[in-house]
Amino acid sequence: MNSSARDLVVLASRVRYEEKRIMAALERRGCRYEYLDPRTLFVTGGTVRHAGRVVLNREVGHYRAWYAAEALEQAGATVVNTATATHHCGDKWLTSAALLRHGLPTPRTALALTPEAGLEALAEIGYPAVIKPLVGSWGRLVTRVPDEATAVAVLEHVAALPAPQSHVIYAQELVPKADRDIRVAVVGGQVLGATYRRGGDWRTNVARGAVSEPCPVGDGLAKLALAAAEAVGADIAGVDVIEDSEGRLTVLEVNDRVEFRGFESAHGGTGVAEAIADLLITKAET
Amino acid sequence: MQNVISGAECPECAAEIYVDADARASEIIECTDCRSELEITSVRPPVLSLAPEVEEDWGE
Repeated sequence: MNSSARDLVVLASRVRYEEKRIMAALERRGCRYEYLDPRTLFVTGGTVRHAGRVVLNREVGHYRAWYAAEALEQAGATVVNTATATHHCGDKWLTSAALLRHGLPTPRTALALTPEAGLEALAEIGYPAVIKPLVGSWGRLVTRVPDEATAVAVLEHVAALPAPQSHVIYAQELVPKADRDIRVAVVGGQVLGATYRRGGDWRTNVARGAVSEPCPVGDGLAKLALAAAEAVGADIAGVDVIEDSEGRLTVLEVNDRVEFRGFESAHGGTGVAEAIADLLITKAET
Repeated sequence: MQNVISGAECPECAAEIYVDADARASEIIECTDCRSELEITSVRPPVLSLAPEVEEDWGE
């Protein structure tokens, strides 16, 4: 790095495979950085300590990641991904809205403001459908709803949850697909590659035991993944795509603090961490 | 150079825990005796605490 480079910070409360790989990639480049645990972070209205810093946001908790990004940007830092991107990727409805606004293919989706309205929305979408929590990951609490009777039972449970946000219903058509989906890794406007994620569970999340295998990236998949990352404003993105029986591609979601252990395992242990390190250094030098 | 550091104690069952020399703060390890998830709060000297429970908004 040259003498005008800005300070680099890696923000994470849980140091997993991905964070270790990124920090090791920075160290291999002779790049100095500060590791910052967001559990110790606070800013005040007049905080300027972070001005000019480039912060990689790897916080595992969505709300902590989003507020940390907002606070650090307010204090003058450049945060990767931006607070806006984290906000949009972390909320499934905001992701869907961004994809639709950009004309990208995504399953038919409804946002209903009460569980009762959710039942009507599901009737319009049709069964089978899926109900997902607005915020959450790893396939947690994602529920396949085959018919109205199941929907009534699921929505009764949802209505009994204490958090008001839980009563806002995100429902989506269940797109028929093979026992796999596609994860495309995007960093700095470049597609690094893709993996099939295949598993016994209908939710093909690596966190649920799905296995990653290399997936060829054709022009259509690459353009779709780049457009999806751009739609939510993410410099670093894991774009989840499904392919129906006729080969049509549909974007399910975009992950802003992407986990890539499965990706790197499928691709021989190279790629994402190195690209993220290069992106950070480029941002620090400009 | 040693590849493990000894001297840490599991806060749950008091077993002696060996921490990799290249471990990092905030990394999660598992106690080989009681299987508790432990967070490395300090590498040198090694200090461990019970890892935080997974929260609803955790993910990617």
